[in-house]
Amino acid sequence: MSETRALPTVFQLAYLASAVLFIVGLKFLSSPARARRGNLMAAIGMAVATAATLGVLWMPGGGFHNQGLIVAGIVIGAALGTAGARWVQMTQMPQMVALLNGFGGGAAALISTGDFLHAAFHGERLSGTAVASTILGCIIGSLSFSGSLVAFGKLQGIISERAITSPLQKVINGVLFFAILATVAGIAARGGSTWFLALLIEALLFGVLMVIPIGGADMPVVISLLNSFTGLAVAATGFALTNNALIISGTLVGASGTLLTTLMCKAMNRSLANVLFAGVGAGPVAAPGAPGSAAAKPVREIGVDDAAVLLSNIQSLIVVPGYGMAVAQAQHAVRELADQLAQRGVEVKYAIHPVAGRMPGHMNVLLAEANVPYDQLFDLDQINPEFEHTDVALVIGANDVVNPAARTDRQSPIYGMPILDADKAQHVIVIKRSLNPGFAGIDNPIYYDPRTLMLFGDAKGVVARLVEAMKAAA
Amino acid sequence: MSATAINQLYVFVLAVFVGFEVISKVPVVLHTPLMSGTNAIHGIVMLGGVLVLGTADTPVLVALGFTAVVFGAMNLFGGFVVTDRMLEMFKKKPRDKR
Repeated sequence: MSETRALPTVFQLAYLASAVLFIVGLKFLSSPARARRGNLMAAIGMAVATAATLGVLWMPGGGFHNQGLIVAGIVIGAALGTAGARWVQMTQMPQMVALLNGFGGGAAALISTGDFLHAAFHGERLSGTAVASTILGCIIGSLSFSGSLVAFGKLQGIISERAITSPLQKVINGVLFFAILATVAGIAARGGSTWFLALLIEALLFGVLMVIPIGGADMPVVISLLNSFTGLAVAATGFALTNNALIISGTLVGASGTLLTTLMCKAMNRSLANVLFAGVGAGPVAAPGAPGSAAAKPVREIGVDDAAVLLSNIQSLIVVPGYGMAVAQAQHAVRELADQLAQRGVEVKYAIHPVAGRMPGHMNVLLAEANVPYDQLFDLDQINPEFEHTDVALVIGANDVVNPAARTDRQSPIYGMPILDADKAQHVIVIKRSLNPGFAGIDNPIYYDPRTLMLFGDAKGVVARLVEAMKAAA
Repeated sequence: MSATAINQLYVFVLAVFVGFEVISKVPVVLHTPLMSGTNAIHGIVMLGGVLVLGTADTPVLVALGFTAVVFGAMNLFGGFVVTDRMLEMFKKKPRDKR
């Protein structure tokens, strides 16, 4: 059936125009000043492609039906999507992206299934390419759909953020993997719609099992990977529907997701296989002051007032924010603190670790929301040489990303992970609830460093009191 | 493989290169909007749903196509709106200290 869907020239040209708009739009994303226009261009590209497709549907003698339902579907989806996008908080961005991504993957899976069933119902023979691409679209799309929903559940706190593992997992995964292979073989041997529906269900199940054993801190990798999956699934539907616009857009996203996945893995010095299958983060979260770990070693404590005095008398500060800061919603308070310090002539910079949030670049968005200018945000390579010339590194809600054990301790599970060299600053102030080890459950030597001052308490409360103390002293 | 399939493969492979080229230039600061923005771009899958629904002639296919259109539209509209909201926040340095 695919050939009957070859579109008239004018519509093909419209698709070409939209592909150009997508690419130029993405190019504009490389500068913060032009990025918003880039997004708008991509949206215009989408409008052009949509108008062209709808134009085809209404062509006299086109042989298309269900126009009313199509419009209704678009309106319903647009209303739901827009409403969600407007209400979502910036801290919830990772789960929002996961959810939207999942819907895209789900749509690709349904389209592939629909395409296959349509041919089966009409007794048409699909070409080899079409069979292969519907199978791929179905598998990757379903995997992305169910995987993204599980990721959403974890990020939203509906499902435990910990890595959920069981000894049976490998066996079940193995069985399922071979079941999928067998089903694909069945379809290739001209199996009918039942086989294809079985494939859909198996792939959905596989997506759940794939993401369930992955811990919350590894979500930046998972979300990037699922994003690239959906892109590839969309490209596969483009092959099945002989539609270049779908191939190009899907492939662009696949490339972007792959690139981000690689970057995130590098940032944690782990392979993708390790992230997916090692079940890191499965251990129980250690109780506060767990015996044998932290409590034994001495730490230097500092109070809010002393910290305020110290901070008022320095020249330079680097803030190291972590996910804990986002959880405590402390970013606005941190910005206020930075404003107070700037008024006293302190140079303030922010050091952002690539995996500081729950998705790539998440921390930058949270700080941008708090009106921190983006030219004060620095990534690992830019900021690391500056720590040793900096008076104070203020670590807020970050742990593993400033753990010097990653540089020195070969036994450490995070050995080799690129970290922010906060411990090289003249002084380190760590704002933290307690001496709890972080997500990975690894003790952090930076807390016991003689140059480190621990400021215990809830991030938002502590920073707010610091601001108060400074205002009072001014 | 048919000539059409070969041509599609060309488009695919070239798009891989263009994709890596364009996206590797996006700075770390903008990685989240990049992800939600590309997310919106794969919302074009909605049009695939439209084509399936447009040729659907049995209840099963109508249901599949309709769900695909709704899912795709959520992905598409949600993605662009949320990206715009984020990018709006990336303003130039507010040097106006009033």
